[in-house]
Amino acid sequence: MSDRSSADILDRRRFLGGAGLAGASVALGAMPSVAGETAKPDPLITEVQDWSRYLGDGVDKRPYGSPSKFEKNVVRRDVPWLTASAESSVNFTPLHELDGIITPSGLCFERHHSGIAEINPADHRLMINGLVDKPLVFTMEDIKRMPRVNRIHFLECAANSGMEWRGAQLNGCQFTHGMIHNVLYTGVPLRVLLEEAGLKPSAKWLMLEGADAAGMNRSLPIKKAMDDVVLAFAMNGEALRPEQGYPLRAVIPGWEGNLWVKWLRRIEAGDQPWQTREETSKYTDLLADGRSRKHTFVMDAKSVVTNPSPQAPLRQKGRNVLSGVAWSGRGTVKRVDVSLDGGRNWQTARIDGPVLDKSMVRFYVDFDWNGQELMIQSRAMDSTGYVQPSKEELRKVRGVNSIYHNNGIQTWLVRSGGETENVEIG
Amino acid sequence: MAEGSAQQVAGREPAKVATQLGLGRPALPEEIKAWDIDVRPDGRGLPVGKGTAKQGDEIFQAQCASCHGEFGQGVGRWPVLAGGAGTLKADRPDKTVGSFWPDLSTVFDYIQRAMPYGNARSLSSDEIYALTAYILTMNDVIKDENFELNEKNFASIKMPNAAAFYDDDREIAEKQFWNKEPCMKNCRPASPKVTGRAISVDVTPDSKAGPKVD
Repeated sequence: MSDRSSADILDRRRFLGGAGLAGASVALGAMPSVAGETAKPDPLITEVQDWSRYLGDGVDKRPYGSPSKFEKNVVRRDVPWLTASAESSVNFTPLHELDGIITPSGLCFERHHSGIAEINPADHRLMINGLVDKPLVFTMEDIKRMPRVNRIHFLECAANSGMEWRGAQLNGCQFTHGMIHNVLYTGVPLRVLLEEAGLKPSAKWLMLEGADAAGMNRSLPIKKAMDDVVLAFAMNGEALRPEQGYPLRAVIPGWEGNLWVKWLRRIEAGDQPWQTREETSKYTDLLADGRSRKHTFVMDAKSVVTNPSPQAPLRQKGRNVLSGVAWSGRGTVKRVDVSLDGGRNWQTARIDGPVLDKSMVRFYVDFDWNGQELMIQSRAMDSTGYVQPSKEELRKVRGVNSIYHNNGIQTWLVRSGGETENVEIG
Repeated sequence: MAEGSAQQVAGREPAKVATQLGLGRPALPEEIKAWDIDVRPDGRGLPVGKGTAKQGDEIFQAQCASCHGEFGQGVGRWPVLAGGAGTLKADRPDKTVGSFWPDLSTVFDYIQRAMPYGNARSLSSDEIYALTAYILTMNDVIKDENFELNEKNFASIKMPNAAAFYDDDREIAEKQFWNKEPCMKNCRPASPKVTGRAISVDVTPDSKAGPKVD
């Protein structure tokens, strides 16, 4: 079966079937056959299709599999005007195309400061120095001989939704909320390596440093390091992807993504924070009074409806599934409420799938839509009793100059034709 | 490790090791010297060296100005390094080294590890001292272009916005967000109205080209 023939078939199906695959700008809401009209047999059923007649590819034609060619629109995307160069930039996870809680490795958003470091694991070294009894150097082989753990955690950039502080700006949850992913990490607890080097009692902070051309560095309190930090070499069962820090990265559960240093080459123990470029000029929260909060590590509870959303409008009247994700850096997600009328009335959504510490959950509301306008919102609550605030409540305490840690409630307006857009309401 | 263990189905601590693993090898002094490049606010980690703003100006024009502008004013979307004093409460604050950064050590540490962009680790210690001094004069923190910055006087220089940073206090300052019984019915008096729309802003990729940079 050639590409051409399958493309022709797809086009024909669109034309004949009203299957609702057309883009958002095209007429929506194609309904099943109108009463009185004679139903026509579907050629996709009555005619033998190429894929049912001819042999498909054999094994090893796709030795490392990739998604169906019909899913080629499911990709990370960037916002070109945000940054000066692609090597110091970010792209976004297509949240509206995903389901469940695990982000496929190839769709985890990327954020680099000096491009992707391509490192042969045989050449990689991790040094631990500073306030330790024995400064040590580890190879990847050493690290893979240590006791290991598996953890599912979300990684959210502190700037996720940061473009929305002053109002609705980007029309798609890929762009408003896509600086997040949730994967299974395999690695070694950082505590194991620190105990091997022997921390001195005066050690209160660590500096984590990457091997990339930015030498990315952040300060991390020892208490967190000894609690649940993992040095990961695998994600979703395979080696880390190069853009995710291959061969070794830090996993700092529940804390802002900038701390999760990729291509990790050095950890220094010290008695105070380093005040690196990333933790002073960036990743501090400038408030309305001109002062700045620093060390705002934890990501607060947050949620977003991924479907419907601007890149995934409602296509059919009648039965529909509203779906979204929620997470909290302080613990587990306890509850997610959804409103269809802009926050006037709420119903509790159904959480399905694993509910884990500092991990995304997936939630659903099964509902009927008769073409009325909807203002869809979601509101997460976590195990500490924290309730995701409205954007209005958040701006009242933070102002609009914060850039980081915008976890306000998102509103999607679904218009009568199903087209869905990012709006602010008042 | 109460929080961290919540994901362990078997509920056991897999990583507690009674004895040393014996993995890894001692880091040699030359190796530590090669990698231990970080500089802290108290001056710890500064290499021996010196440079003046005047010397820094020349290096800056050759190595840095194509992105940061001759006077640190920034080119395109590349970072602005100077100016912005008094703008931190304004609608569009200019967060520069002079207006925002609390510590001078951050400048040295960052240049030493990451600059110039695309050719990191290529500057000498003297060149970094000189560039740091030049950035200070751009920001009027030092006025004399012949002032020599070195490892001995470095930590004595105080930055204008140093006092404006404080530790995360969200759990106290935002305690109203810990509200175990959020409103479920008739939570606002009337139906809300749309007050802003992303499609009016029209900067979403794929919808149209992005705006000119501001």
